[in-house]
Amino acid sequence: MLESTASASSSAALAVRDLHLWRGERHLLRGLSFTLRSGELLQIIGANGIGKTSLLRCVAGLLPMETGEVFWGDKPIRQVGDEFARSLAYLAHLNALKGDLTPMENLLASVSLRREVTQELLESTLARLQVLQCAALPVRSLSAGQKRRVGLARIVLLDAPLWILDEPITNLDRDGIEIVEHCIAEHLNRGGMVLTAAHQLLLQGRPEARTLELH
Amino acid sequence: MQAAPGLVRVLGVVIARDLRLAVRHWDQVVQPLIFFVVVTTLFPLATSPALAQLRQIAPGVIWVAAMLSSLLALESLFRPDVEDGTMEQWVLSGQPLSVLLLAKTATHWLLSGLPLVLMAPLVGTGLGLPASAWSVIAASLALGTGCLSVLGAIGAALTVSVRRGSVLLALLVLPLEMPALIFGARAIDLAIHGESVTGPLNLLAAMLLLFVSLGPWAMAAAMRISVEN
Repeated sequence: MLESTASASSSAALAVRDLHLWRGERHLLRGLSFTLRSGELLQIIGANGIGKTSLLRCVAGLLPMETGEVFWGDKPIRQVGDEFARSLAYLAHLNALKGDLTPMENLLASVSLRREVTQELLESTLARLQVLQCAALPVRSLSAGQKRRVGLARIVLLDAPLWILDEPITNLDRDGIEIVEHCIAEHLNRGGMVLTAAHQLLLQGRPEARTLELH
Repeated sequence: MQAAPGLVRVLGVVIARDLRLAVRHWDQVVQPLIFFVVVTTLFPLATSPALAQLRQIAPGVIWVAAMLSSLLALESLFRPDVEDGTMEQWVLSGQPLSVLLLAKTATHWLLSGLPLVLMAPLVGTGLGLPASAWSVIAASLALGTGCLSVLGAIGAALTVSVRRGSVLLALLVLPLEMPALIFGARAIDLAIHGESVTGPLNLLAAMLLLFVSLGPWAMAAAMRISVEN
């Protein structure tokens, strides 16, 4: 992964060109374009209901776009297909966790679809997000912030170059936000890319962190 | 990045996860089975315990009860995964969605179809059928409930984004399941009268093969539409 991203660092890895999106009668995104290069963080800001989540879902390939194109490397994502999906770690509003399973079981079931993981790696990632103490409890009994941390542990474990995070720090306390910033900074240092929707900016003042405001 | 896990591994991961979930709330899992047993035992009480009459209605009773009990479990087949965001992650997993959904359908059959098959002797005794017919009841239910699971999964994928879609699901799926009902009941009927059952059973097996080979694509296409909303 390091080699490929290092060589691609000069060219745009994710490019959105002239994206238009309607939800029902509302014209949400009007000709939006941006690029995200290796080692960059782009934070989408804007009022509630302006289309941040729709934009992220569109870029992830979950929502079909009416006009415009999303490029991964130099190919549109609808041509790249599964290869793009495998380069992507997507955290939605929902954490995609089963209340009846423990964090360990949840992570094992979701990450195993992408790559092989060992028990040690799962434990060390949970420890890094400081939720190892609830590794054996059903997710149902965790607090909202702890569930979010487990959801973020999945993103870290997927080992994908592109992270798309929809309001990653929802429900997190100050410590949690610091951990997330640390994970993102480390991911960027390794040549990764991060696209987030946010109300509160992360990594403020760092040159690799950009913002894009939707109107 | 490592190479993506193979399809057999993916099937194993999904089935293991769903079985574990089923164990955690087994009370919901056994409901369709209890429904099946209760409905079939109600008929001798409500109509008449005369053997000749029971044997005439038994094939139909067994099959209608099996269809309805399969329908009971369908509502919760995909809905929890769609509601908690797991399905979105599956769409983005880079693994074929058809294989993931086939794995879920296989688990659905293990939990709602296989138990009915194992109940064949009990239900056969309850309806006064000869012991020689038990194996045919089991075979027709095994092949037939497989068909019901696949057809039901297609319907469940189509209706998963519809709120309170269970009635719609029944209206959509039950007519499609009629061939399975007809051949399944016919096989049991022939067995009761001691005749050869290869015809209807072969047809059921052919239907099952057809549905298992083509059904997953229909499920995946329907699910992609549902997840987009």
